[in-house]
Amino acid sequence: METFLEEVNRKINGVPLQNCYHCRKCTAGCPAASYMEFNPNKVIKMIQNGQRDRVLNSSTIWVCLSCETCITRCPNKVDIARMMDVLRQMAIESGIGAREKNILKFHEAFLAGIKRGGRINEPMMMVQYKLKSGDFFSDALLGIDMFAKGKLALLSPRTKDMQSIKDIFEKTKHS
Amino acid sequence: MKVSYYPGCSLHATGKEYDQSMKAVSRALGIELKEVDDWSCCGASSAHSTNFDLSIALSARNLIAAEKDALDVMVPCAACFNRFKTAEHHLKNDKNLKAKIEGVVGSKYQGGIAIRNPIDIIYKEIGIDALSARTVKTLAGLKPVSYYGCLLLRPPEVCEFENYENPFMLDKMMKALGADVKNWSYKTDCCGGSLAISKTAIVVEMCDKLMTAAREAGANCVVTACPLCMANLDMRPSSGLKLPIFYFTELLSLAMGLPGASETFKSHIFDPQPLLRELKLI
Repeated sequence: METFLEEVNRKINGVPLQNCYHCRKCTAGCPAASYMEFNPNKVIKMIQNGQRDRVLNSSTIWVCLSCETCITRCPNKVDIARMMDVLRQMAIESGIGAREKNILKFHEAFLAGIKRGGRINEPMMMVQYKLKSGDFFSDALLGIDMFAKGKLALLSPRTKDMQSIKDIFEKTKHS
Repeated sequence: MKVSYYPGCSLHATGKEYDQSMKAVSRALGIELKEVDDWSCCGASSAHSTNFDLSIALSARNLIAAEKDALDVMVPCAACFNRFKTAEHHLKNDKNLKAKIEGVVGSKYQGGIAIRNPIDIIYKEIGIDALSARTVKTLAGLKPVSYYGCLLLRPPEVCEFENYENPFMLDKMMKALGADVKNWSYKTDCCGGSLAISKTAIVVEMCDKLMTAAREAGANCVVTACPLCMANLDMRPSSGLKLPIFYFTELLSLAMGLPGASETFKSHIFDPQPLLRELKLI
């Protein structure tokens, strides 16, 4: 039976998390650490301790901005940014879902936009996000200003070969 | 020189000023752009945050399309650049993944073209001296801090950007145009762009911190090369702290006196025109 640590390492497919010597450089440089439930170093410790449910249920993995400062500065080249991606994907695939629901809903609306047109049409994507999240009013004034300045085109060119896009989504679907 | 051009979704919408000024500057500097045929979205944060294979496949589809032109591909959007470099890195270093992704996309990936951002192309292929020589309107009085953000630079093994903790190419370009570039410690800090819509409160704090630091450095504007940083810094800081934000290509276009150079300033959310008028630059 694979441990949680082994599973995460296999999915990262790079430097194993055991190489972390807990210097906390990742956490010192993380711009989102103060907004996280557990800081990046603590997440590594929790994985080493097999705390699967607490890690996958935490808001930390969703609050990570993917700025990659952690991997850039890690003296042991532990890919913490990739680890966060792996943990998010595990939370989705295991049915735990996202503690930060709107962040996942945004990602879903974004990907649905690609699936629909090959390229992102920002107004359509925002409408879809707002329908999913129920967050109708934030940024409404900003949206009007952007529209007035021609930054939001209701119709934008799509990818022509949509079959290739459909195939990509179909063949990479979470099992 | 001739390169293929991958604008990406942002440059056709919120980042249209970047697309317009990039095309104008490229034309003026003799860089011929050939748009990648039938490109699609790179997948951005949303793909890699939720589905690794999807993120690599969406970028690989575009890299394979770009390879048909057998030219280096210019990728102005820092996010698309980062995703393409990441896909390239994985496809070149993991044979099993490469085979799997080729199966998903339905074509072979050769890996024979360079993925380049325009800072690198203009700095290295055109050069600072040529930019100085082309300057007809010195950007006197403009005091930018240069802001590189995350996605052009990190991780360094993937992005291969020079001096990733203290990059200088944008700074040198702006100096060449006559701007009084201010030094600051936040060149490579994150603005929070990936959560701008879904976790806005955090992002406002992050942007406010950057604007405060820019002001403390004596800057009267910020120059960037990322449409996500641009959108975020243009829209999210608290009202008293905002500064004009420019794409570096808008300032190149302005200094070189290119036709239509002042047009792109009109669509910024935080209007930079009062500052430019005060400095008699428009």
